[in-house]
Amino acid sequence: MEKKAGFAKPEALTDALTHYCPGCTHGIIHRLIAEVIDELGIREITIGIAPVGCAVLAYNYFNLDFAEAAHGRAPAMATGLKRVQPDKVVFTYQGDGDLAAIGTAEIVHAASRGENITTIFINNAIYGMTGGQMAPTTLPGQVTTSTPFGRDVKLAGHPLRVAELIATTSGAAYVVRRMVTKPATIASAKKAIKLAFQAQRAELGFSLVEILSSCPTNWGLSPLEALEWVEENMASYYPLGDYKVIDEVKSLK
Amino acid sequence: MAKGTILIDEDRCKGCELCTTVCPFDLVHIANHFNAKGYRPSTLVDPEGKCTGCTLCARMCPDVAITVYREGG
Repeated sequence: MEKKAGFAKPEALTDALTHYCPGCTHGIIHRLIAEVIDELGIREITIGIAPVGCAVLAYNYFNLDFAEAAHGRAPAMATGLKRVQPDKVVFTYQGDGDLAAIGTAEIVHAASRGENITTIFINNAIYGMTGGQMAPTTLPGQVTTSTPFGRDVKLAGHPLRVAELIATTSGAAYVVRRMVTKPATIASAKKAIKLAFQAQRAELGFSLVEILSSCPTNWGLSPLEALEWVEENMASYYPLGDYKVIDEVKSLK
Repeated sequence: MAKGTILIDEDRCKGCELCTTVCPFDLVHIANHFNAKGYRPSTLVDPEGKCTGCTLCARMCPDVAITVYREGG
């Protein structure tokens, strides 16, 4: 009986086992990026920038050139790498503690300058690596280790909607929000990642794909419950959608 | 109906169960034994050969532990 592989590990991922907790969707998103890189045939010319946060070791998992940025500075590093090597494909992989807290200035200005780079933004509404503290994206009322009675917006402010914010910048070409909770939403997220990379290759400007992600460990939920929590709680505060798609990007589809 | 099967790399699996709810034929379950990491890995229970190689389980897997094969491609 002859059998052909219908689905296997993409070439752009290494064989390394990830350190991510069971059911963490970082693994799914890593795989989607790797699949897109394989499909576009850009593995040899792509440079990734790893953040500080749970994905700090991403360079061990991608079979690509990778650099590690200081906390929040991935867009600044990507700017430099892309400007001196415009023929390369440069992307940053950043969580919400990295991009939406200490790195807010970097991401806003990189988008505003229209840097021709791609950012994959992982929003799981919490600081994962440091032990589940409140992040800028933590939902109102959400219990974290630093908001044990739930996030009080009068005290701690309101969550930041990054895709909407970045979409207001003139330099952004493609800004969307997706989630990875079931096969259909995963397929949609992959399409968005692919379009973001294609926009960069067509030199159309800054592209950002925000992906609602889960943190079963710090939310205190099972992996399956955590995906339900994303759909029921996060997707209402952070609606999925296309926030900015310039006409040139639309014509890439 | 297309025939297929999956191969689960048990020692990559962290037992998160994300693959177990998406199978159209409910063929992917958590095993009773432990793997090298101490997790109970997922396993294919398909005595009647119902797997079509649809890849849904593999698409949910955060650890690329599942390879899908299809008969004749």
